Amino acid sequence: MKTAVIVFPGSNCDRDMAVALETVTGRAPAMVWHRETELPDGTDFIALPGGFSYGDYLRSGAMAARSPILRAVADAAARGVPLLGICNGFQVLTEAGLLPGALMRNAGLNFVCRTVPLKVENSQSLFTAGYNAGEEIHIPVAHHDGNYFADADTLDRIEGEGRVAFRYLDSVNGSARDIAGVLNDAGNVLGMMPHPERAIDRAHGGTDGLRLFEAALGVLA
Amino acid sequence: MKVNVYVTLKPGVLDPQGKAIHHALEGLGFTGVADVRAGRFIELDVADGTSDADLDAMCAKLLANTVIENYRIEHA
Repeated sequence: MKTAVIVFPGSNCDRDMAVALETVTGRAPAMVWHRETELPDGTDFIALPGGFSYGDYLRSGAMAARSPILRAVADAAARGVPLLGICNGFQVLTEAGLLPGALMRNAGLNFVCRTVPLKVENSQSLFTAGYNAGEEIHIPVAHHDGNYFADADTLDRIEGEGRVAFRYLDSVNGSARDIAGVLNDAGNVLGMMPHPERAIDRAHGGTDGLRLFEAALGVLA
Repeated sequence: MKVNVYVTLKPGVLDPQGKAIHHALEGLGFTGVADVRAGRFIELDVADGTSDADLDAMCAKLLANTVIENYRIEHA
């Protein structure tokens, strides 16, 4: 399994993501700088990490979504390569049009940084197959712009298609219908505000994030 | 050639920043403010003759997120 983590100026969860990927696959990911135009040959899993790419200039994720490497990332996703965007990575995916909706300033205007309960809505996707549908898991969030917005038709459509992967179980950021994570129509792209890579070791205070990586990387016991 | 671009949230999209500004105005004693919506103003200095189509593309592809925002282009 060859994995890649895309690194933007201002990414700050790239190392956490690398540790998570190496922990699960036994092999360190390629760290791919935003100015690259191609992914390493044979990349079969891509992660867009959390952080504040380009200082959140213009809108969170807006500049990263137009960076050179994103074309290669979008091409790979179109071929079915699994693509996971966490936090700022989720913002980049919506800005790039790879996922529907947008992530706006938290409704309470505060930066929210705590572990939150999530409900697994869809346990059939390649990212969530390690969970049971309806299961409650606990994953940390740390964001200022996590307020998921989409128009009512889009929300109805993604809910009807089972593309809401995770939902907040308490009030976190004002997200429409408490949506915390969204899949693309093909199911190979997941964006989520919570940080599963920060919940893979007992020293993190919980390991509920581990099964996401195990499932997505094909090593689920 | 100077061009002004005004980016505003679409009607119906909740604007927490506008709400906070509204509350702050009330806190300063300014009554009678019914609503506040915050947006973004961008000045472009572009080559003379830049087409409206190009300006529109700049807005649609980058300056505004058309999922949540509208934009208006004004030749300064």
